[in-house]
Amino acid sequence: MNRSRIFWGIAAPVSAIAVSLLLASGILLLQGASPVGTFQLLFSYGFQPRNIVSELNQASAYYLAGIAAAIGFKMLLFNIGIDGQYRLAVFFAAVVGGAVSLPPVLHVLLIIVVAATVGGAWAAISGFLRVKYGVSEVISSIMLNFIAAGLVSYMLNPNRLGFQAEGSQNVSTPAIPESGWLPTIEVAGGRLYLFIFFAALVGVGYWILITKTVFGFNLRATGISFRAALSSGVNAPRMVLLTMVLSGATAGLVGVGTLLSDTHNYSLAFPSGYALTGLALALLGRNHPVGIAFAAFFWAFLERSAGILDLNGIPTEIVTMMQGTIVISIVVAYELIRRLNLRQQQAAVGSHQEESKEDDK
Amino acid sequence: MKTQGWKRFLSSPGKIAVAIAGVFFVVALVERFTGATDITSSGASGATLRFAIPILLAGLGGLWSERAGVINIGLEGMMIVGTWMGAWFGFLYGPWTGVLFAAIGGALTGLLHAILTVKIGIDQAVSGLAINLLAVGATRYLSGIYFVANGGDISVSPLVQQPGTFSVPGVSEFLGAIEEHDTFFVSSVAGVLGGLVTNVSWMTLLALLCVPLTWWILWKTEFGLRVRFSGENPVAAESLGVNVYRVRYIAISISGMLAALGGAYLSLVASAVYREGQTGGRGFIGLATVIFGNWRPGGVFSGSLLFGFTDALRVRQAESVHAVLAVVAIVALLFAIYLLAVRRRKGAVVSGVIGLLAGIVFLQVEVIPDEFVTFFPNLVTLLVLVFMARRLRPPAMAGAKYRKGEEISE
Repeated sequence: MNRSRIFWGIAAPVSAIAVSLLLASGILLLQGASPVGTFQLLFSYGFQPRNIVSELNQASAYYLAGIAAAIGFKMLLFNIGIDGQYRLAVFFAAVVGGAVSLPPVLHVLLIIVVAATVGGAWAAISGFLRVKYGVSEVISSIMLNFIAAGLVSYMLNPNRLGFQAEGSQNVSTPAIPESGWLPTIEVAGGRLYLFIFFAALVGVGYWILITKTVFGFNLRATGISFRAALSSGVNAPRMVLLTMVLSGATAGLVGVGTLLSDTHNYSLAFPSGYALTGLALALLGRNHPVGIAFAAFFWAFLERSAGILDLNGIPTEIVTMMQGTIVISIVVAYELIRRLNLRQQQAAVGSHQEESKEDDK
Repeated sequence: MKTQGWKRFLSSPGKIAVAIAGVFFVVALVERFTGATDITSSGASGATLRFAIPILLAGLGGLWSERAGVINIGLEGMMIVGTWMGAWFGFLYGPWTGVLFAAIGGALTGLLHAILTVKIGIDQAVSGLAINLLAVGATRYLSGIYFVANGGDISVSPLVQQPGTFSVPGVSEFLGAIEEHDTFFVSSVAGVLGGLVTNVSWMTLLALLCVPLTWWILWKTEFGLRVRFSGENPVAAESLGVNVYRVRYIAISISGMLAALGGAYLSLVASAVYREGQTGGRGFIGLATVIFGNWRPGGVFSGSLLFGFTDALRVRQAESVHAVLAVVAIVALLFAIYLLAVRRRKGAVVSGVIGLLAGIVFLQVEVIPDEFVTFFPNLVTLLVLVFMARRLRPPAMAGAKYRKGEEISE
């Protein structure tokens, strides 16, 4: 039983990736390009050591987004607000980090704490609306994403919290002094963010929280049945709110790696779209910290290695389409497996009943 | 009984007319004092219509889908499909062919959403989000192939011919003349009306017709009853012989078609060119109008007008947005007095507070920042969800997963 569960658990993501490869191959063939050659190109470019390092850096951000989504999923909460939480959080972390001067380690810690707090607070709005007014967190976080983006672009103005170097077109937050930088490790010609270890720690923390603590147990219980949890003494509304805050706090950390080790300020060049990525990775990794790690690396790998396609006359968007296909196929696969299991269980129960009937005779 | 019905029929439009006239009066006054003359210009009302139509079509799309019981977060992606299809086929064979192919493309995208959520039964939000991602990837990929080869760019199409426009003969000139005349109140009314009958795209008319058409199909036909039944209680519908799956397929395809028409409007009518990111989150604002409009076509329409109006003012004349605050303040305070007179204290307090806040902001702030106006629709929708939650009546099973022969799990 256990072995078959592991088999199915891995079979679904693998088949989803296979489906997306098939689709990409079809599109490439239509365009007259060789699928095998293209995938070879992707692999050889993506696995160059220098690129692996940058993929790892990107993957650490994706990983946190995936964990943030997974925390929500454990409670059947759908945190589409990751985008807004991440953006507000990294913005305020950059502003605070650029405004103070502290001893090196403290400065970095302060930036991380600010990011997590802002992300959590912004997510708390969705959680509160859900608990108090029954507003679907999907709808409220979509709206809050737009509001967050608007607020940030409002504040990122030279007259307010923004900063514009003379003669430059780009507006950013003031640079964080060097005490608030996190060093990078030189490996294989690339610079690995130290933050990746922090991201891994968050993953471990998530695993312990979910599987080893009473809180995690209550969280999963509330996710399985809100009413059952409520009637067995779990403060279910509070659990919903707390889960949302935790998810948001994790989402708040998404941009911190880049901030601490690369840009040292926030500008509108910070990418968006983390919500969908996070949800996709949590689905692909089955909410498991290790699974999400693989998924995050795969995602970053796809995006990084897509860069080589353009040079060979193939639009890089084939990767975006592959990602979309993966998201769809993975959930389809889970649903089909769920139904298969259901049928097997029903068959098992049926044959069991048959047996007991014969025993009665 | 019958006379009562007549009375209600007479008194209700009468009241509305008086209310509209009152608001116009306040607006005209405010325009006089603030010099923000753009609120009632024919240009502003024309622009409002142009900004509102894409939101309206997306909103009606959301309405169709949710009435059938499936939330459509993929509206944005379906709009993107519409912008692309409209521009490309419009470029090849003329604007109306573009519109037609946008509708087909949108319906097919809707059908994909329907198959994924209804037939296979995956999470509705996941499916919608994935469709958004796929639409972005696919259109950009196709642009790279087709637009680049035809004088466009990976993110911009070649120029497209627009569908024709019309002005109501006689009326348009007449209203224009009155607006020129600058008589208090009268010119304001003429300005707004003039914008609605001058240089209107035929596609605008088509889109506006979708509002009564949606209402008629969903509320007056047997098919519409089945659609709404599927959204309220699919199990009961199934047991009474409604083929819920098929009804949902059709409704969600229509949903995709409407959203894509909204997209085609953006690339064909609003700009004559496809540009990447042209939809700019309007699909989500459409989703918001569904909530704002309490899942009714008329509500979606007024929501899209409100959001289109703020958008139009933002683009045309930033001071006008500021002046609108004064209008809101005065109208809300007057409304509070009215509510107090009919002894609805709670409503009066809410209205009064809104009026005071708007008034304070109007006096304290010089110009409303652009960014705030951008997320105005989203903020309003959140507030509606919070403060009007009890008045809202969403379809009971919208968003819930339904499979034949299985219990509904939420």
